Amino acid sequence: MHIMEGFLPVKHAIGWSVASAPFVAYGLRSVNKRIKEKPEQRMLLGVATAFTFVLSALKMPSVTGSCSHPTGTGLGAILFGPAAMAPIGAVVLLFQALLLAHGGLTTLGANIFSMAIVGPFASYGIYKLGRSVKLPFGVCVFLAAAIGDLLTYVTTSVQLALAFPDPAGGIFASFMKFAAVFAVTQVPLAISEGLLTVVVFNALARFNPQELRDMNVITKEVQA
Amino acid sequence: MKRSTNILMLVMVVVLMAFPLWRIQKPAPGPDGKEAEIFRGSDDQAKDLIGTIAPGYKPWFKPIMEPPSDEVGSLLFALQAALGAGFIGYYLGSAVTRSKMRREQEKQC
Repeated sequence: MHIMEGFLPVKHAIGWSVASAPFVAYGLRSVNKRIKEKPEQRMLLGVATAFTFVLSALKMPSVTGSCSHPTGTGLGAILFGPAAMAPIGAVVLLFQALLLAHGGLTTLGANIFSMAIVGPFASYGIYKLGRSVKLPFGVCVFLAAAIGDLLTYVTTSVQLALAFPDPAGGIFASFMKFAAVFAVTQVPLAISEGLLTVVVFNALARFNPQELRDMNVITKEVQA
Repeated sequence: MKRSTNILMLVMVVVLMAFPLWRIQKPAPGPDGKEAEIFRGSDDQAKDLIGTIAPGYKPWFKPIMEPPSDEVGSLLFALQAALGAGFIGYYLGSAVTRSKMRREQEKQC
């Protein structure tokens, strides 16, 4: 989902940066406030960041014969709410843009929007929806992480389609082409991300049930 | 959740990754005789796609720093993953020990 450096026209690059900035600022404020109120959650915030670091570094082969990577933002979105993931995702993307020439500074705003805003908000919404209709905890986490991952890549496809509409078919035809590259490749990876997120959540629920209960993430029934 | 469920899920992840490596064949060389590539990054493919949709587009900004070779690039990616995995390992390790000690204490009381 990394749009490469310089590969968005100037107007789009600025537009996506302007769109992302308030989320990152608000997320930063809410994370700071939370850590001040509950310093014991600092470690768990580190885990959410670390999970994103690991998963977004793993480029996995897919059935389309190309490689892509998961995002790892679902875990943190469920634990800390979607806003917290905007600054965390921004840190990861900045690291990759500066040191790895993966993504870029001009496309940072657009990449933050897809990976650190749309993905986490989708994950959080799906998780809440799943819980409200009484789906089992593990199923909610899986769906949240997997669909959040997939929608990140759909967002990238939309961003590129808006910037580069197909000369014949317009934005929609262009979207279908980019989605064929990104979203289809991503399907098995999204499933992997969902499964890995559930495994990590199981470990957290087993060894830190009190912490998760304090955060209202799990209720009594989930402890196993 | 049971331990076997967790292991089953990890096995599924491995299968999801191994299956394409095993099944997907390298495409035949193109008409220009160049060897076809397989398992390229989807980010690169998107870049090529931009080239076909908007052939006139020129990137207007270059990365400030690029890894001098693929080797150095993979070093940095490995570093990124290692940092993350190390932290998660540390956290889980201390959490496991904490819960074990708590259980032992409860037994003694």
